[in-house]
Amino acid sequence: MKYERDPERIRRVLGDKVQFIQGDIAVAYGGLLAGVGFFGGYPITPASEVAEGMARMLPRVKGTFIQMEDEIGSMAAIIGASWGGQKTMTATSGPGFSLMMENYGYAIMTETPCVIANVQRTGPSTGQPTLGAQGDMMQVRWGSHGDMVAIALCPSTVQECLDMTIECFNLSEKYRHPVVLMTDGEVGHLREKVIIPDEDEMELFERIPATIDKDKFIPFTNSQTRDSKVPDFPAFGTGYRTYVTGLTHNKMGYPATDKQKDHEELITRIITKITDDREILTDVEEIELEDAEIAFVTYGASARPAESVVRMGRKNGIKIGMLRIKLAWPFPRRVINELSKKVNTIIVPEMNLGQMVHPITEYADAGCKIVSAQKIGGEMHLPDELYKILEAEL
Amino acid sequence: MKKEIRICGFGGQGVILAGFIMGKAACVFSDFNAVQSQSYGPEARGGAARSEVIISDEKIGYPRPTSCDLMVAMAQEAFNSYRHDIRDDTVIIIDPDLVPNHDIGRLLYKVQVQKIAEDLGNKIVTNIAMVGAIIGIDDTLSPEAVKKAVIDSVPKRFTDLNINAFERGLEAGRNARPE
Amino acid sequence: MKEMMNANELRKKYLVEDMMPTIFCNGCGHGNALDYVFWAMEELELDLDKVAFTSGIGCSSRIPGYINADGLHTTHGRALAFSTGLKAARPDMDVIVFTGDGDCTGIGGNHFIHAARRNIDITVILLNNFIYGMTGGQQAPTAPIGSIATTSPYGNIEQAFNICELAKALGAAYVARWPVSHPYQPIKSIKEGIQKEGFALIELMSPCPTAYGRRNKLGNIEKLWQWYDDNTILMEEYDKIMDYGTEEEKEAIKSMIQIGVFQDEEKPGFFEAYDELVDRLIEIDDKKAQGGK
Repeated sequence: MKYERDPERIRRVLGDKVQFIQGDIAVAYGGLLAGVGFFGGYPITPASEVAEGMARMLPRVKGTFIQMEDEIGSMAAIIGASWGGQKTMTATSGPGFSLMMENYGYAIMTETPCVIANVQRTGPSTGQPTLGAQGDMMQVRWGSHGDMVAIALCPSTVQECLDMTIECFNLSEKYRHPVVLMTDGEVGHLREKVIIPDEDEMELFERIPATIDKDKFIPFTNSQTRDSKVPDFPAFGTGYRTYVTGLTHNKMGYPATDKQKDHEELITRIITKITDDREILTDVEEIELEDAEIAFVTYGASARPAESVVRMGRKNGIKIGMLRIKLAWPFPRRVINELSKKVNTIIVPEMNLGQMVHPITEYADAGCKIVSAQKIGGEMHLPDELYKILEAEL
Repeated sequence: MKKEIRICGFGGQGVILAGFIMGKAACVFSDFNAVQSQSYGPEARGGAARSEVIISDEKIGYPRPTSCDLMVAMAQEAFNSYRHDIRDDTVIIIDPDLVPNHDIGRLLYKVQVQKIAEDLGNKIVTNIAMVGAIIGIDDTLSPEAVKKAVIDSVPKRFTDLNINAFERGLEAGRNARPE
Repeated sequence: MKEMMNANELRKKYLVEDMMPTIFCNGCGHGNALDYVFWAMEELELDLDKVAFTSGIGCSSRIPGYINADGLHTTHGRALAFSTGLKAARPDMDVIVFTGDGDCTGIGGNHFIHAARRNIDITVILLNNFIYGMTGGQQAPTAPIGSIATTSPYGNIEQAFNICELAKALGAAYVARWPVSHPYQPIKSIKEGIQKEGFALIELMSPCPTAYGRRNKLGNIEKLWQWYDDNTILMEEYDKIMDYGTEEEKEAIKSMIQIGVFQDEEKPGFFEAYDELVDRLIEIDDKKAQGGK
């Protein structure tokens, strides 16, 4: 049967409005609320709970869950299902995310909406399966071969795992782009309070279907019905008879593998359809920044010890603030540049050997000192450790 | 107010569930914030296991305990391994039958929660009896809120058994004195 | 009875004019296979708005681009995984996969195994030409022992992949193998495959004079077609000889490629089983919601 979102049934399956659940389960909840109709996944620590949640809940709202043969297949299946007109999702961790890169690129090239939750763990390779990390922040941005952009969100709390999964779907549907929730093993396995939004407390963006005459429809160009670089979506089975290929294609979707202009036009459009909206996509949280002279710039799990340190520092009279990046890619260039002109020093705590510190350095004013605070091995900074790093910069 | 609690034992004893119930009682059935984390991996399958809960009336930043206010041990191995970062004023609760070597030169609460469970006819509720004992000793959470969390978290057909274990543990906890 | 179109009328109806000419070389069998699929669809009176064609990478995988229907030209070897998702989203559509021997059983082997094992309700047209044609003639998993390819210049020493036997063992609902040199049997099998609940594999032996034939003294298309006739045997005949033949007769057919319908079973496809699971859960949930137990 074909999936149709049934809000009443979804709420019934999710249960109580206030719950104490793990981040991974909150991701599954967010997917269900957003209206995911197909989930394809493969077991991997620390992301398996997302698939387990989906396996338990999705059939009960008439959606389809399939445990695929691997992460390559998972990514392929959700793209196939998306062309069937459904909202689709998978979840994985580093090793699986590496396998997904092939079809992540395919989804970008073919402008296929879908959502990937990457519950990051340490790497390279198998690394520390049960422990959290933030080592894939560059992989999500640059992981496919060729020119690309990413849309990636970073939850710091279990509630954000739910809310941001919904947001991932909205952005994915709006821009026709694979959107990645960059969570991690720490937040993924943490239990916290979650409030499940009611139907009128959520905004859902639905993919804009192709509606114009079939013989006038051009599938891979600016929308023919709106002022947008995102074309309207000709779901399979709706009579548009669209040819979708990962090869460079012209506006009609036909391969144009030896044509420089077609390639340039296509790639420029699928990149600028997102980067043109950089300001709209900027999503940061500011804590104690009004009079700050020194600031943390953080994202995801590592924002949590930093926030503790901001409170400790303020108690001790240090003018410390924090900018938390909620949407990491496209990178919030303007906000970082403005902050760098306001504070003397920016400290970037990360659970890696320095990844987001690179774009921060790139877009910060040259007069601002950038300090990379690194911790690897599956643990985030202890507040005391981070406090010492802060003190050293005063 | 901020309280950091570590419950440890061996895998299969239900220490994760015990922590989960306390966290749920704190933020679903009371007006606190709470986070619960756990050791995960080989440890959760038979070796020493631990579950950590932070309860606070403020937003919780760093989600792991930085110092333990309350340390609960239900197995010797766990008692030995997870004590390294406790303070002088950390409250320690143990089941002396499960942690026979507990003479570390300081006072601690001893509650025979496994015996309570055995008396009720099922060792499986040892963890819930221990939750009761914790609530009897530490007054952060109200027994009513925790009871609701217990009912919400155990299979329906075992509600009575679990509530009995909780009540008896609570009583034993209230009567316990550091020794 | 429905009046049949001739080949030209068929092509006009089903082909995308803007995509002509095809990339196929002279003597390539893929055009024949495409024609057979058109015949099968015409006989089944399929609505082209409700058929999706998917493919991976390779010569055969270019075919969906030539058909006037929805087409998903995916990554190398992954077509079956894409198709699994597509079919889940649109169970009302027929999903037909074009794939090659390298695409399906080399890089895509694992997806093939699991799509067949799950009995996913799709029809796979596997065009086996013993070679990686598009990349210029490298050794395929299906290459006969001794055959020459650019990456086995001294002759292939690996056993050839028997795809149909594997599909059979995995419990695929329908499995058949035919050379494209005879039209009737492939068309019949394609029709049966499309109509079949569950996974249908139709392996069509399709000649590649350019990349395979030229290197293996079979560059002339007549020779290649003759090779099919000389080296294939109907499975029924094969069994008969193996049961009752002389040692000499057995020896003569031992290394021949069997053709025919290897498996044809009625059993629920994956999505039928999944729908049953959903119905069972919905019934329980709805009863609970109405206050029952």
